[in-house]
Amino acid sequence: MSIFTKAFWLQLSSPKVFYPIADKSIPWLLTATVLLLLVGLYYAFIVAPVDYQQGNSYRIMFIHVPAAWMGMWIYVVMCIYAIIGLIWNTRLSNMMAAALAPTGALFTFLALWTGALWGKPTWGAYWVWDARLTSFLILLFLYFGFMSLRAAIDDPRRAARASALLAMVGIVNIPIIYFSVKWWNTLHQGASITLDKAPTMAASMFTAMMIMAAAFLTYTFAVAFMRIRNEILEKEKNSAWVNEIVGPEK
Amino acid sequence: MNLPEFLDMGKHAFYVWGSYGVVALFMLLEVVLLVLKKRSLTQSIARLARLNRE
Repeated sequence: MSIFTKAFWLQLSSPKVFYPIADKSIPWLLTATVLLLLVGLYYAFIVAPVDYQQGNSYRIMFIHVPAAWMGMWIYVVMCIYAIIGLIWNTRLSNMMAAALAPTGALFTFLALWTGALWGKPTWGAYWVWDARLTSFLILLFLYFGFMSLRAAIDDPRRAARASALLAMVGIVNIPIIYFSVKWWNTLHQGASITLDKAPTMAASMFTAMMIMAAAFLTYTFAVAFMRIRNEILEKEKNSAWVNEIVGPEK
Repeated sequence: MNLPEFLDMGKHAFYVWGSYGVVALFMLLEVVLLVLKKRSLTQSIARLARLNRE
């Protein structure tokens, strides 16, 4: 069984099985994130040249784009876990969806924030009701809706079900965001990095972007695992195995 | 490329460091909050275990 299928079935396992795995991988994920960030920032500020048009403000791209990617990607993964939780009622999938939501919302907000600070010197405005920006703002509200709906309902199973439905309805927003720059005449530029053709940017800039995106990815795993670890500790605090893990009072 | 020139970011210092600063701040904040939460959880679990034993 390859690592991927194992990882897939892993999240159907019980919290008790998943806890030590999360616990052990968190330090590694955090160190990987710090290393990737250091290398990424070195590329972003030292290796990548000054842009002939925008000067240095374009360097915001190295966090704006990865944050936006993560904002969308996390929503898709959150939606998949919510659906799995809806179908098989596995507690761990619901926990995974709940653990990803805050980080997804954070990255969506950061993408909007960095975009605004990049837009001011480049477009002359912090905010415009442009198709890409507006659909991304809707994504932020979807995250808030998902989190507040889940928090508002006491029974965890009903909360998971309701928020899963909201997530599934909101998933239509992701392709709208992605293709908004193609469908409508938007102020926001089109995709410079696409899967079908070579990225229309300098190699060193592309490398910086990829390293920063990898850093944001490992960060997301680390933070999601940390949040799940806390969730398991909280839900299972009366069980014997948690007391065994936590050990005597220090 | 000396430091003041680097920090100035070609007169875009506010925008570049405004973006990187907020991103760094929130990412650090999230990790710190989660660590603090775990610490308080483990303490309450250990205290609960002690009280149950008594």
